Amino acid sequence: MALDSKVPQGPLKDKWTDYKNHINLVNPANKRHIDVIVVGTGLAGGSASATLAELGYNVKSFAYQDSPRRAHSIAAQGGINAAKNYQGDGDSTYRLFYDTVKGGDYRSREANVYRLAEVSANIIDQCVAQGVPFARDYGGLLDNRSFGGVLVSRTFYAKGQTGQQLLLGAYSAMNRQIARGKIEMFNRHEMLDVVLVDGKARGIIARNLVTGEIERHAAHAVVIASGGYGNVYFLSTNAMGSNVTAGWKVHKKGAYFANPCYTQIHPTCIPRSGDYQSKLTLMSESLRNDGRIWVPKNLEDVKAIREGKLKPTQLTEDQRDYYLERRYPAFGNLVPRDVASRAAKERCDAGFGVNATGEAVYLDFAASFERYGSEQAKIQGITNPSAAKIKELGQEIVRAKYGNLFQMYEKIVDENPYETPMMIYPAVHYTMGGVWVDYNLMTTIPGCYAIGEANFSDHGANRLGASALMQGLADGYFVLPYTIGDYLSNDIRTGKISTDTPEFDAAEKEVSERIAFFVNNKGTHSVDYYHKKLGKIMWDKCGMSRNKEGLEEAIEEISALRKDFWENVIVPGTATEYNEQLAKAGRVADFLELGELFAKDALVREESAGGHFREEHQTEDGEAKRMKEFQFVSAWEYKGEPKEAVLHKEALVYENIEVKERSYK
Amino acid sequence: MNLTLKIWRQKDSNAKGQMVDYKVTEISEHMSFLEMMDVLNEQLVNAGEEPVAFDHDCREGICGMCSMYINGEAHGPDRGVTTCQLHMRMFKDGDTITIEPFRAAAFPVIKDLVVDRSAFDRIQHSGGYISVNTSGNTQDANAIPIAKQAADQAMDAATCIGCGACVATCKNSSAMLFVGAKVSQYALLPQGQVEAADRVKNMVAQMDLEGFGNCTNTGACEVECPKGISLDNIARMNRELMKASI
Repeated sequence: MALDSKVPQGPLKDKWTDYKNHINLVNPANKRHIDVIVVGTGLAGGSASATLAELGYNVKSFAYQDSPRRAHSIAAQGGINAAKNYQGDGDSTYRLFYDTVKGGDYRSREANVYRLAEVSANIIDQCVAQGVPFARDYGGLLDNRSFGGVLVSRTFYAKGQTGQQLLLGAYSAMNRQIARGKIEMFNRHEMLDVVLVDGKARGIIARNLVTGEIERHAAHAVVIASGGYGNVYFLSTNAMGSNVTAGWKVHKKGAYFANPCYTQIHPTCIPRSGDYQSKLTLMSESLRNDGRIWVPKNLEDVKAIREGKLKPTQLTEDQRDYYLERRYPAFGNLVPRDVASRAAKERCDAGFGVNATGEAVYLDFAASFERYGSEQAKIQGITNPSAAKIKELGQEIVRAKYGNLFQMYEKIVDENPYETPMMIYPAVHYTMGGVWVDYNLMTTIPGCYAIGEANFSDHGANRLGASALMQGLADGYFVLPYTIGDYLSNDIRTGKISTDTPEFDAAEKEVSERIAFFVNNKGTHSVDYYHKKLGKIMWDKCGMSRNKEGLEEAIEEISALRKDFWENVIVPGTATEYNEQLAKAGRVADFLELGELFAKDALVREESAGGHFREEHQTEDGEAKRMKEFQFVSAWEYKGEPKEAVLHKEALVYENIEVKERSYK
Repeated sequence: MNLTLKIWRQKDSNAKGQMVDYKVTEISEHMSFLEMMDVLNEQLVNAGEEPVAFDHDCREGICGMCSMYINGEAHGPDRGVTTCQLHMRMFKDGDTITIEPFRAAAFPVIKDLVVDRSAFDRIQHSGGYISVNTSGNTQDANAIPIAKQAADQAMDAATCIGCGACVATCKNSSAMLFVGAKVSQYALLPQGQVEAADRVKNMVAQMDLEGFGNCTNTGACEVECPKGISLDNIARMNRELMKASI
């Protein structure tokens, strides 16, 4: 099947408006005869569910947690971008579009990104109307902060809990529709397959995670909003339950999977402390606004610090290497995430890591304490303030901005980041790859949509900070509700979809057999045993830098591990009860397939772009080197084993932006 | 360190539960409490026994999913943290730790340490929202200035993660802190004014219907709240309810 991105004709800035003017609509009386399933209740799924229900569709929403409010969007800290230009610093729709395409290393689709930039301002208006308590200045107007890879302040925030507040906003909109009966909420349910009837997505098979019951749910369209697949690495900043299953199931039924190798390794996470570690914790990128990143200049100092003989605060300025400021004077500590992560790895690989594992760099706020403190002293009219007073005043400002992050750091690491610099190291955070979608956000299965992190569309090879929240809400509030109507306008006479059909029988049988296998297999190794092994292969060979040899090994190793898993995995308990091990077994089984496709995708992509860094393709000073002939989206078609997946290419055309070397120097 | 764990085991909502003793060894002080539970569960799975069911997800203190009652305190002995952020350095070698589910009539046990907190969702359905549709044509976000103090206070109330520690801690199993936080968030913002009276009446009525107890101002909820939600929110809710009733 040839890939058709369905991007509308016409000038970039008119595409979305023209498109909306010409699509088919469903009249309100017909909407109430149409059902839509939404899998996932994060920013994308939650906002889509609420908006579709407001429009009049009957929505069935699914979450594996006990409430829609717990989806992992809740953990996003720093902020959400919008081209409001409230700061008057030259921001515009075009500039947000430009930054996003450049930040994505020219591997995203122009028309989608422009639309995203266009609706970004509406998101802020909508959220304020819902009662989202964004940070404000003393004049009562909205405040902004700056994020990596841009030269303007366009990020709106609610302390260090922006994702939480936006999600609770979408959750409140859902609650209103749940109360009206327009959304039927299925908490503690997991989608285990999609059901196709006559080639169209017409429902799902779900498992009730409390009773173990397998359920059939029919609808006229199915929306996948189940987030990213970072947990393929075992250790990531994702929630423990975050998984690829919904996306992978639709892939296996015909949806192409795009750019699986584009993964974001976030530069500012709390370093690992030991083998028992279950997850990694992010420290918001917003901290790079006020923190400076460094390692000691001399290896003797590194050694002394690791042995506890020297404290980082004892090093003078000229004994420190502020390596981001040194290498990238224009953007300094605010380079994009991929660049910052690789730079940290480079220093640590060279032996400058500052903790016992050798995998940590400093994020230091001392300069900000002083800057803010002096400013406050002036405001408060304190003449000749002491150094201690300045520090105290500065710390108050930093506490107001990032207090919860500092507290979180202290609880985890048991060190006070107000007194000693934080230690950070990169960790897997976000996946730019995902289910391939066209301009309508529809997958290659008619009637099956993918939104938010689950799709691949807007971030190219690297996502800029504060853009994930923007994309999730743009898709759910302002894009999908239009595009899905165009498709559903053909379904106004279809009537209720029955679940009593051979297609549902077959899908349910397949799901039940797989579950029966797990609980009956007399294996020897736990699910986590396999997940950890997979994670290690992924991190070592498909991590921050990749090479041909390593990727070829990864493919063989994952394939062998998967075979072992299907012979020797052990799942205690039964299929008809609350059984977390069983749920996890299904998720890890899918990760074991995705992981191999991931490595294959990385192997085929003989270039470096954004988060995908191939050691064979770098410039003399170690920057990523893009290749013109790889200016396409890799969309993989499922053909059985991941080895046999077939590559389809969607060429990326840039008519409104010049493709240049991406420089932050 | 080596520890003895006394854990509430209950097969399902209808079964009769009991405390069961387990031993774990070589626990690092840097582990989180839930990582210690992972060690126990891996041990149980490898021995062919059923692991202990407990709710958890984000493991960074924001999703509100984890819900253990540890040594008689919601989320354990530390302050300002959820169970996933509680670290083993709070305990000593040789300690015996008692682990129970959040207990309240309105939070029935599903299995072991997992409880059903859907009552919280139903309270939110009854009024925890502002009635605004998605349109793309709402007024500009800066059209109504909001005093920084009000916005900050609304934010403080809105940081509630809905974990239920307040209910589990309260001797009356009252949900006043949870409901008060939501009522306060909207009461402090101009956008929330239009529906303020109905909201507080409906949410309080639903709270009563779900079987949560009354507030007797002991303040235990504020102490145990991992997000430091203030008792002021309960006072504000009472004022709002009074205003709405006259």
